Amino acid sequence: MEREFFLLFSTVATGSGFLVVLAKNPIHSALALVTCFVQIAALFILLGSPFLAVIQIFVYVGAIMVLFLFVIMMLDVRKEARSRFLTKGAPLGFLVILVLAAEMFFLLTRNAVFSTNIVDGVPTTPSIKELGLTLFSEYLLPFEVASVILLVALIGAVVLAKTEEDDTATKDELAGGVVK
Amino acid sequence: MGMSYGMENFIAILPLLVKMAVVVFVLLLLPLPLTWIERKIAAHIQQRPGPMRVGWHGLLQPLADAIKLLTKEDHIPTDADRLLFRMAPVVALVPPFVVFVAIPFGEPVRLFGVDITLSMSNMNVGLLFILAVSGIGVFGVILAGWASNSKYAVLGSLRSIAQMISYEIPMGFSVIGVVMLANSMNLSDIVAAQSGVWNIVYQPIGFFVFFVAGLAEAQRIPFDLPEAEGDLGAGYHTEYSGIRFSLFALSEYLVVVILAILNVLLFFGGWQHSPFFLTPSLWFLLKIGFFIWVFMWFRFTFPRYRYDQLMTIGWKVLLPLSLLNILVSGIFMF
Repeated sequence: MEREFFLLFSTVATGSGFLVVLAKNPIHSALALVTCFVQIAALFILLGSPFLAVIQIFVYVGAIMVLFLFVIMMLDVRKEARSRFLTKGAPLGFLVILVLAAEMFFLLTRNAVFSTNIVDGVPTTPSIKELGLTLFSEYLLPFEVASVILLVALIGAVVLAKTEEDDTATKDELAGGVVK
Repeated sequence: MGMSYGMENFIAILPLLVKMAVVVFVLLLLPLPLTWIERKIAAHIQQRPGPMRVGWHGLLQPLADAIKLLTKEDHIPTDADRLLFRMAPVVALVPPFVVFVAIPFGEPVRLFGVDITLSMSNMNVGLLFILAVSGIGVFGVILAGWASNSKYAVLGSLRSIAQMISYEIPMGFSVIGVVMLANSMNLSDIVAAQSGVWNIVYQPIGFFVFFVAGLAEAQRIPFDLPEAEGDLGAGYHTEYSGIRFSLFALSEYLVVVILAILNVLLFFGGWQHSPFFLTPSLWFLLKIGFFIWVFMWFRFTFPRYRYDQLMTIGWKVLLPLSLLNILVSGIFMF
């Protein structure tokens, strides 16, 4: 039973992954990506980690992809669909992908850290409590560093948006002054 | 050998299949009584009789409406993205059904010598699962708005995205107090933790934030800006008619039912403390009914907020309140 479900989810995930790249319309690409994320969440459930699955849906599907769609909906999609992404850089893009593929192959086959074998002693169905405790004791520093990085990105976005707003405000003030 | 193995498998999942069938059947039929009740509540609040002609006090009116909706012309605008236009109502309908996988309806029952749990999956992250899956519901709205290729629909769905994202945060934060009290995200455990006192006593702020954010997530009055008929036609489903429109209406009713269930489970003791004349599950259903009634009563009592007010309430009132609630709960528990 599990095998059949794995085949179903992985096939749909790979197929929708291809569709992300192949679809002409950005909205269709984004939706294919949503499908892909949901399938990956299903794979997490098959692996006995419902927590990761739920977080995957929460963060990637519920937040990030919704924001993606929000931005895409503001664009002129018809125009975007006609223009090609990377008109000249296709060979360069191919090269980058080749390097990434080689890297992935090397890490999976040669490096023990990325070994796909499950280490002994790790419970097959970890509880949220254990996850939380490990995150806040053993991996506290990386966890905090990640949150600081996110905070910096957030502040950066606010600063970028804020200066633009100030510019328009001064223009409006100027315009108002002229009228007065 | 393979045959008997398959048979054993089938018997093992038979209770699950029966439960799925019951839930799907009930959920598909539920909007019929709910529309009648909603129209009657609206009518009595506005001092008029409401539907009276089809059946006793208009009881068969929903059936007549259903027949009307099913036989109406199914119209798709010329410039619409036809595939997404057809998909959107289904995408809107699936998440409310999926949420019911994690909802328990009572203690396990013993039937024919087998213990049967009154939930499809008693997962340890049940609460998180429900919040995450109900968040996907917004995709139906987004797709409908975008695929219709109409100004009103796009504006409605843009509003809806901003609203859903803004209110998901206080909603998620408001239940953290409940999780802290129960030491678990499992809904059965959360109900069991309320065997002494209901959570509403310890978590009044949490309940307030959850209730208001829930109204906004369900896009009901006073937060129904995505489909504000005054300024947007009908918002994201302006271009929908007939059966596709009724699928949207169905999913909106189910979201109300889910919110009522969550309010009862998280803050009003679930099936605990049932009076002697009711079984725990019936007592639970009665409380759910009460909350559905409250949601409908609100709809005809409050005016709609302006969009900037909506954002102010979400970010400047509910979010700080929910954070304060976590802080206070933490101090008390410490």
